[in-house]
Amino acid sequence: MIASLSLILLCQLIGEVIVRGLNWPMPGPVLGLMFLLLLLLARDRFALLASGPLRDGGVENASRVLLANLSLMFVPAGVGVVQKLDLLAEHGIAIIVILALSVVITLLATVATFLLVSRFMSGGEGAS
Amino acid sequence: MNENPFSLWVYLAQSPLLWLTVTLSVYAVADAVSLATRRHPLANPVLHSIWIIGAFLLVTGTSYTTYFSGAQFVHFLLGPATVALAVPLYENRKVVAAAILPMLVALVVGSVAAIVSVVALAEIAGLPRVVILSLAPKSVTAGVAMGISESLHADPSLTAVSTVLTGIMGAIIVTPLMNRAGINDFRARGFAVGIAAHGIGTARAFQVDAVAGVFSGIAMGLNALVTSLLVPLAVTLLIR
Repeated sequence: MIASLSLILLCQLIGEVIVRGLNWPMPGPVLGLMFLLLLLLARDRFALLASGPLRDGGVENASRVLLANLSLMFVPAGVGVVQKLDLLAEHGIAIIVILALSVVITLLATVATFLLVSRFMSGGEGAS
Repeated sequence: MNENPFSLWVYLAQSPLLWLTVTLSVYAVADAVSLATRRHPLANPVLHSIWIIGAFLLVTGTSYTTYFSGAQFVHFLLGPATVALAVPLYENRKVVAAAILPMLVALVVGSVAAIVSVVALAEIAGLPRVVILSLAPKSVTAGVAMGISESLHADPSLTAVSTVLTGIMGAIIVTPLMNRAGINDFRARGFAVGIAAHGIGTARAFQVDAVAGVFSGIAMGLNALVTSLLVPLAVTLLIR
């Protein structure tokens, strides 16, 4: 567990160092995600890598624990709403309506595009 | 016995112990209620944890800064959890590779829709410029959105709040909306909620269907990337 967590943190750390160092307009953890993915893919190719946290589903299990509790991690930032009560009293209704409309527009635009492109690709072969 | 119970409160209120305990236990109860209602969208555990903890802070006169000094340990885990998304992506690489084209096109369309719709609507509503800037990155995961907001000289804490609000709304709306629209491709449903509602949407997607969860996680990761590139561009083009 500790080794697996270290590996995840190490991926994030390398991501942060590169992003900050090279001034990339990209979040460090996203680059870290790519590193971990590359490591997992490389493990299938080179047996040497299948050791430590990359052996016996170690890093997989640690990741599952983190992701199973993902929504908890948004609570501290969300409680920040107490700092914004005056702003929300003034513009709250507008902000909430705008966010709700934007969410519906985004959901529909994304799902429609995904389905259109995948139907176009399968070209009526009757793929599921 | 302690002669002055107030001094005990002063001590506890300053230590991370109290605020970590409050955060975890309120969430544990909210999550148990959500499970008892068989994950009803309106029983969203993030939503209910936030107002309960918020009310507790207001009643006890505790500042958000004091609360956050304890709760930051939970907040910190957003980064490692983002890295951990590599695992479901790896495990489902075949399903993902087969849908790579629909994903990339939907990613671009969805990212643009998320940013343009919120900026345009906020302009129409006549909101102040700093509020519009703070709302623009609301569809990506809180840590990333706050970073974008900072680079725009907007208000990162308002961004955090609108990001979490967006995630909660997406998580509540997605299931009824997709059911009503008759969409039963869980890859598409998951991908859409990941674009629109980041991690809170992804947590919801994992509750509904494993494939939806994976596609949502991928969408969230990719959207973080695209949005951090698009928001600065959109801001210069859209805001007067």
